[in-house]
Amino acid sequence: MHILLRDKPGEQMLLLGNEAIARGALEAGVAFAAAYPGTPSSEIALQFFQISRETDLYFEYSANEKVSLEMAAGAAMCGLKTMATMKHVGVNVAADALMTLAYTGIKGALVVVAADDPFMFSSQNEQDTRWYGKLSGLPILEPSTVDEAREMTVKAFELSEMLELPVILRTTTRINHASGMVTLGPLGKRTIQGHFEKKPMDYVCIPAVSRRLHPRLLDKIARAAAFSDQSSLNRIEGSGKWGIVCNGVSYGYVSDALNELDMTDRFRVLRVGFSHPFPENRVRQFLDGCETVLVAEEGEPYMEEAIRNCAQRFGMMLPIHGKGETLFSKLYEFDPLMVKTVIASCFDLPFSPPVPIPVDTLPQVPDRPPNLCPGCPHRATYAAVREVFGDEAIYPTDIGCYTLGLLPPLHMGDFLIAMGAGIGSAGGFSRATGRKVVAFIGDSTFFHSGLSPLASAVYNNHDFMVVVLDNGTTGMTGHQPHPGVDLTHLNMDRTPISIESAVKGLGVKKVITVNPFKFRKTVEAVRELSRFQGVSVLIAKAGCPLYEKTLPGFRKKQVFQVNPAKCRSHKDCVGKIACPAFFVSEGMVKIDTERCTGCTVCVQICPENAILPVSRKEVRQ
Amino acid sequence: MKTTRIMIVAVGGQGNILAARVLGEAAAASGIPFRMSEFHGMAQRGGVVESMVLLGEGKGYCIADGETDVLLGFEPSETIRAAKKCSSRSVVITSTSQLPPFTVAMGQDRYPDVKQAIESMAGHVSKLITLDATSLALQAGSAQAGNMVMLGALAGSGILPIELKTFRNMIRTKTKPQFTEVNLIAFDLGTFAVNFSRTE
Ligand code: SF4
Ligand code: SF4
Repeated sequence: MHILLRDKPGEQMLLLGNEAIARGALEAGVAFAAAYPGTPSSEIALQFFQISRETDLYFEYSANEKVSLEMAAGAAMCGLKTMATMKHVGVNVAADALMTLAYTGIKGALVVVAADDPFMFSSQNEQDTRWYGKLSGLPILEPSTVDEAREMTVKAFELSEMLELPVILRTTTRINHASGMVTLGPLGKRTIQGHFEKKPMDYVCIPAVSRRLHPRLLDKIARAAAFSDQSSLNRIEGSGKWGIVCNGVSYGYVSDALNELDMTDRFRVLRVGFSHPFPENRVRQFLDGCETVLVAEEGEPYMEEAIRNCAQRFGMMLPIHGKGETLFSKLYEFDPLMVKTVIASCFDLPFSPPVPIPVDTLPQVPDRPPNLCPGCPHRATYAAVREVFGDEAIYPTDIGCYTLGLLPPLHMGDFLIAMGAGIGSAGGFSRATGRKVVAFIGDSTFFHSGLSPLASAVYNNHDFMVVVLDNGTTGMTGHQPHPGVDLTHLNMDRTPISIESAVKGLGVKKVITVNPFKFRKTVEAVRELSRFQGVSVLIAKAGCPLYEKTLPGFRKKQVFQVNPAKCRSHKDCVGKIACPAFFVSEGMVKIDTERCTGCTVCVQICPENAILPVSRKEVRQ
Repeated sequence: MKTTRIMIVAVGGQGNILAARVLGEAAAASGIPFRMSEFHGMAQRGGVVESMVLLGEGKGYCIADGETDVLLGFEPSETIRAAKKCSSRSVVITSTSQLPPFTVAMGQDRYPDVKQAIESMAGHVSKLITLDATSLALQAGSAQAGNMVMLGALAGSGILPIELKTFRNMIRTKTKPQFTEVNLIAFDLGTFAVNFSRTE
């Protein structure tokens, strides 16, 4: 049985923040969930995926976040309790649906998890998703601890059900990937059968309907504001004359700082856990009798601006500090020391920070950049494309493991902004420069947002090449399936879609599918496509070695070694592909047979034929 | 209990997240409140993995520069990289088994003189203990058990108010059954090593 299905209310369990959210959803009675994976949210979906295999919970990996939200919305319109989980930038993808879903509202419940990533541990930007609350009108809840992540998820469902509105549960990486003891609540009952009542004049957002729905949304926001004012999630602690307002993980830093500075009696703290609609009356109560306020929030000055609004509205003149040069930054993650230092300086408190040991006398430690794995088919594809175009072509790229092709010696990647934007921007690059353009996109990303830019490019007669790096899984986020992936080995019935037929169906006239581990053939195919005028597609199809290892019937291939008698040590192999299984010792290239997967790319690249199989006998020794 | 902050640094694949989890479970079993967070810069692809474990009352999930009480380094160059987390009060326990980054293996970057660097770190912290976790793990029966050797070293150092038998129980119940035996031996070797190793 899945650990999150343990029905022992009151028992404590060590859970990851993301597991706590999934548990909260189960306690709330979630019956239907959908997601597109994205760090730091992915483990929530993973729990649902596993649990859906042993219960009647419906879960699916959808092609992208917008689809997952719409899927959940459809089920929620029929009265089910639903959830869609995504990373912060995924909310941008889903936003089109989200904005108007706020108008129709929902039956049942719908909780959207939006996982922000301050410091960009694993993201292309560090946008602050709280603004979506204002943009859409939807309520936002923000947990400060792992245990609270569970509890707030339950509350988010209740709120959604009460208001008949989607509710956003907003987290940051430090909550998603934190662990702590969680006190289990009772598991909820799932209702999996829905019922849809047709009400086109409420649900079909033509202008006449939307004009009626917008005021209805404003009413709901007003009700939500009253809840926010009353909510125990927005709580005031202490009654000192100095005020600190905080949310999410900053609450922990503030609370620890005041304890360590031994200053709890001088301060009052407002922890905002229900941040949209902003609890204005609670804030008024908080500001009353307060001399100075400091707002401690990662990201944008969302609360700071809201508090200034409140102060103005209630005619209060006290100084309000937050973001500023000597105060908090909009950049990156906070840490406990930074928060303590800002508090001390803002309120002029004595504080001697811990002194780190001197590190300037220590040697520089080389970085450990992540790298494409040994035997990664993307390395082979990139090497083949580079063989043909070198630095001549412009290479817009996309989001996934293959973004790492950017690193030396491959240097493949000239522009990266968003899912699908590799193909999307390619036509712009080629029209503006007349140069050769090769856009890279992974298989999962192709289904996520590659189809429409490809259609657009075909229709508008663009001239560029697309390389679909098809490794049969969503590698970067932990090998989730996508619409091209067969799941028979898990006894799951899916209808996988062939990328080649999809591409042809979109009208691409020139498509070649290759196995990138056949290096010469791949180079030939790239050459052939390069002579084609118009949109051409190369599908480089070979499995992710990490994923393949988990599949039934996996057998390790024969591995390789460098024959020192034949090797001329020019390191062509290092210069071209630099497989992480290589190492150089005493000036000679060697292969770590533990790490080699036997993909044979180096074998085909070595001009001296110096890389030879390790015989099975040698392996045993 | 005053907060004890433990920073664990390692290279992807060294199993520090499991070690942190066992530590957390052992703290829970001893009735000590704790919280932890983990960071893996694409661990499977060779990046650095950090865990921060905070024992005692408190709410934050993070350890700032100069704030760690214990730095547990699974790889010596990672210990050096994390040196700024230490103050003169910190205890450092580090493995000496090197895992050079790939750029070094490829001859494009230089691996620092870790021995000398660790010695110079030792002069600035309250205590620095070195052990060769990989060879101890191999003695225990698997190179993979280096994480349990390091956990043993932390447990055996006497810094934490958690009994060795609690750790052993957690290893028995929270690590995969097929590895329990090796893990327990590795853990014990770690506890011995820390008590008999060179303390700088
Ligand atoms: S390409 Fe071949 S000959 Fe050249 S260094 Fe590599 S293994 Fe040796
Ligand atoms: S065959 Fe060569 S390129 Fe492939 S994994 Fe082994 S060493 Fe790396």
